[in-house]
Amino acid sequence: MNFSSLLIIVLIVLAGAYFLGRNRARAISHQGMRMHSLPNQYGTLMALWTGVPALILLVAWQLLETPIINHLLIAKLPAAMQAAEPAIIELTISKVYNLAASAGINADPSLTPAVEHLIALNERTLLLNSGMALSLCLICLVVTYKRISPNLRARVEMEKIVNALLLASSGVAVLTTIGILASVLLEAWMFFQIVNPLDFLFGTSWSPQVALRADQAGSSGSFGAVPLFAGTVLISLIAMIIAVPIGLMSAIYLSEYASSNVRKYAKPALEVLAGIPTVVYGFFAALTVAPLIRTLGADLGLDVSSESALAAGLVMGIMIIPFVSSLSDDVINAVPQSLRDGSFGLGATKNETIRQVVIPAALPGIVGAIMLAVSRAIGETMIVAMAAGLAANLTANPLDSVTTVTVQIVTLLVGDQEFDSPKTLAAFALGLVLFLTTLILNFVALKIVQKYREQYD
Amino acid sequence: MNDTNSMKLIENHKTTGEPFSKDVKISARNVDVFYGEKQAIYDASLDIGKNEVIALIGPSGCGKSTFLRTLNRMNDTIDICRVKGDILLDNENIYGAHVDTVPLRARVGMVFQKPNPFPKSIYDNVAYGPRIHGLAQSRVELDEIVEKSLKRAGLWNEVKDRLHAPGTGLSGGQQQRLCIARTIAVDPEVILMDEPCSALDPIATAKIEELIDELREKYTIAIVTHSMQQAARVSQRTAYFHLGQLVEVNPTEKVFTKPEHKLTEAYITGRFG
Amino acid sequence: MTKPTANTMTNNFEKNSGLTTRDKVEKSLARRRAKETRFRLYGMASVLFGVLCLIALFTDIASKGTAAFKQTSLTTSITLDGDYLNLTKDSTVDEIRFANFDGLIKRHFAKEMKPKSRSDKRELFKLLSSGAGWQIQEMLIADPTLVNSSITFELLMDDDVDQWFKHDRQLSTAETNDRLSDKQLNWLSQWIEQDRLDTHFNTLFFTNGDSREPELAGIHGAIKGTLLTLMVTLILSFPIGIAAAIYLEEFAPRNKLTEIVEININNLAAVPSIIFGLLGMAIFINIFGVSRSTPLLGGLVLTLMTLPTIIISARAAIKSVPPSIREAAYGLGASKNQVVFHHVLPLAMPGMLTGTIIGMAQALGETAPLLMIGMVAFVVDVPGFINDPSTVLPVQIFLWSDSPERAFLERTSGAILVLLSFLIVMNTTAVILRRRLERRW
Repeated sequence: MNFSSLLIIVLIVLAGAYFLGRNRARAISHQGMRMHSLPNQYGTLMALWTGVPALILLVAWQLLETPIINHLLIAKLPAAMQAAEPAIIELTISKVYNLAASAGINADPSLTPAVEHLIALNERTLLLNSGMALSLCLICLVVTYKRISPNLRARVEMEKIVNALLLASSGVAVLTTIGILASVLLEAWMFFQIVNPLDFLFGTSWSPQVALRADQAGSSGSFGAVPLFAGTVLISLIAMIIAVPIGLMSAIYLSEYASSNVRKYAKPALEVLAGIPTVVYGFFAALTVAPLIRTLGADLGLDVSSESALAAGLVMGIMIIPFVSSLSDDVINAVPQSLRDGSFGLGATKNETIRQVVIPAALPGIVGAIMLAVSRAIGETMIVAMAAGLAANLTANPLDSVTTVTVQIVTLLVGDQEFDSPKTLAAFALGLVLFLTTLILNFVALKIVQKYREQYD
Repeated sequence: MNDTNSMKLIENHKTTGEPFSKDVKISARNVDVFYGEKQAIYDASLDIGKNEVIALIGPSGCGKSTFLRTLNRMNDTIDICRVKGDILLDNENIYGAHVDTVPLRARVGMVFQKPNPFPKSIYDNVAYGPRIHGLAQSRVELDEIVEKSLKRAGLWNEVKDRLHAPGTGLSGGQQQRLCIARTIAVDPEVILMDEPCSALDPIATAKIEELIDELREKYTIAIVTHSMQQAARVSQRTAYFHLGQLVEVNPTEKVFTKPEHKLTEAYITGRFG
Repeated sequence: MTKPTANTMTNNFEKNSGLTTRDKVEKSLARRRAKETRFRLYGMASVLFGVLCLIALFTDIASKGTAAFKQTSLTTSITLDGDYLNLTKDSTVDEIRFANFDGLIKRHFAKEMKPKSRSDKRELFKLLSSGAGWQIQEMLIADPTLVNSSITFELLMDDDVDQWFKHDRQLSTAETNDRLSDKQLNWLSQWIEQDRLDTHFNTLFFTNGDSREPELAGIHGAIKGTLLTLMVTLILSFPIGIAAAIYLEEFAPRNKLTEIVEININNLAAVPSIIFGLLGMAIFINIFGVSRSTPLLGGLVLTLMTLPTIIISARAAIKSVPPSIREAAYGLGASKNQVVFHHVLPLAMPGMLTGTIIGMAQALGETAPLLMIGMVAFVVDVPGFINDPSTVLPVQIFLWSDSPERAFLERTSGAILVLLSFLIVMNTTAVILRRRLERRW
């Protein structure tokens, strides 16, 4: 019996419990007793008590089973194997799984104890899991059934359970943040045991591949992330140079000048730009824009790298235009009409009113919007992964190839990797920097925007 | 008096009293205003004389504010608003084909219902108009304009020590006087006031009313007001609007003591409002 | 214009320049009007730039991608020689799978075109797709009685031929690509004269999984993977997101803790997606041992990513339910839960659905976090369920875009077109739902 069939059985029992509880409540009320709640509320209560604990058990089991079994298996491996590197252990464990699944020829007799152990464990855990889940289901069913009486405040109890479930749901978001922090912090901490944090943050040479080799594992300087930070800043800067003026001017034009007809078509058209997946932009940048810039550069006698920062930044800027324009649009619309009237009433032109009254009044909101856009640019991955290079050059020349934090995270983590190598851990250290930077930007930006909104509410 | 009755009276109306005057600053002729399909003003004709304060009164929604906003084309900012008829400022039609609203509004300034200082310093608020219109050649000249305008608005003594504090930090009454100073700084010929005291307390209101009286020497003023006492205190002539019709225009004293039209009388005596 | 001369309007500020206020205003007008026009033009140009970018993007991809929906093939009549293939009408599927169809095809073309040398032969066979044998095999599996009969079918051509036939044929010989030799071009023109070489709708593109051979590579696996991943995401994020929104909007006490949760959700919505990939790797793979590259894992990661979006829009939908409806229900003696579940929730549902669709559209286009959790693996098989290794459409696009072959480039654009049409359908649904919602009150 596997997870999904168990799940289905629990759901069936749950449905049965509902009808059982409802009918029992009806039966009691037919005897002329005054029930505290309605029959279907008793039914729902029964269903909740029957289903929820069993479902929680099932999911928890599913999540914890693999790590526990792996742990037990490692104990059964030959002693020499246990001391090996984690990557090799991982490989061996998966070999054990394959052997157990095919239950046939065993090439490596040293693994036999582990394989047999796994087969035995699999049988036992399955029995244990289904047994526990189903008995929990039934026990709860019986107990709740017995409790049904006119005095049971079913509605109140049911609502309490529902509220607890709702609360748990909103906790998922918090758990996500904690999960992100925990995972990134832990791995980054391990990384900083190997590489000095100062070397990481201020070193100017990035070549993680070199450090992979055993004889160079400790060589310092190969994890200096400054070129990545500089590359990220350069590309984001190019993107913002495109996106901020164009996004802002589009928002101003659409909200203050455009006729309602133009607005009706132009606004959704810009929003479509925001809905295009980043991988599509990446493709556009790598295969259309980058060659175009290269050819143009060649015509002008410039030496343009085929993976120039300019191409990636330009396309990223296009991607961010609608982001800036829709946020600024909200902000500009929040400026009260009375301020515009005041300015028009003095004989100001539209341009003067916008530049000298509306924009200054909306400035905090616009700054917030730009900060959110910057955070978006810094965290953007696909465009740079496809259109910017891997070369960790420390340069301010937009025609050169640079690499970014996100590109490196992807490069370091995609494909097979050992989990504890500095190379992998470095990705998490970069992730930590990225997370903290964007978190601070977002936090401050959202605060500014919120304050700004309250000012005119 | 209910609405159907008052409609009947309006149907065969011609504005009673003396809507026209000799020393004209602004004259409106056969003005109709529409918001989309809805008509807000029906065939209103009215003269506003030089250096007089004219009060526009009437129950809410009667079109008095709409009429006021047609006088400097503030209604242009509303997409669906259309104006028919002629409005002449010094014998020039302000709705003429080539009239620019910028110099028009520099000549016909406006003070709004709610004080709306810009989120700038007090100085910059007042200097805003002169700056955009290029009225001052030098910093000194600009300082002079600001000081003179603030003095004329009766605000100078209260703010002279904190000219660079934000204008939004002032009290409601001070803010409104700041807005008046801001309007005066452009040196307009006419000032339109749209219920300038409705958001203010009685003391601040009294100060503004006093100010209006002083400003009359130099400017022509049209004021929309909800308060009949205010109209009586500050204006020389009063125009009464009812459901988009200009019902009666007469010297203020006459309107409040011996109104000619039944509707005016009904309004004055508080039968609707 | 009449100047206000010698009237009461004599103005105070004229002493410096000798001009009246009106003169000064009039004087400034030309400059200000020019500025106004310029400003307006900048605005127009900005909007135009955005729209042009959109048009450029779409035309670029469409021009590159539409050809992917056509595939070049050669009308071929071939006898399925039972002796050569070692097959009879009663052969089992396994026997058919092991038969040498490639050999059969090579023999057929060697006979037909009569290449002179070994190298000529090699060049000839290069024109055919390596999947041609597989085509016959599939036909035989479907109908084993075809053994020993002669069949006519559309034999797949190699991607180089495909590209040449679709794009370069009209160019002069000097310009044609160097991937085909003169000899090969000669054979191809023979086939063209015989009217056998032609393009057909590329069904394989929609029915095959990934492949190293461009002409055999399809997006079926990626689409299935995407659907499974989105299914997991939807099943998890919709109920959790809505429950969280209900709690925060209706039940949460207004205190510091709730405020922290709210700030946290707003911030989470703006965290770069790649961070969620790191989370998925460290928590789901390494701690909980969820297997890599599966739609289940992808769905879990995308759930966490889209949850904030769904919660935020669901809260907005709940907020937009007029208080009068709540009051009416309370007035009838309903409990808080009843008010929320019987009245508020149904009314807020269209708004919540809109938000969910938008969240799903976001998840559909997401690539970066899925790269981290192993969905970049080269998967040929079409996934059957949420625990089979698979890839998703955007990741497939990423993988193909890296390939040097021109035919893969074309397929990348084709896959993008498919992805975009999915997105258009989803967003249109969201827009229609939103319109409905707005119409109500």
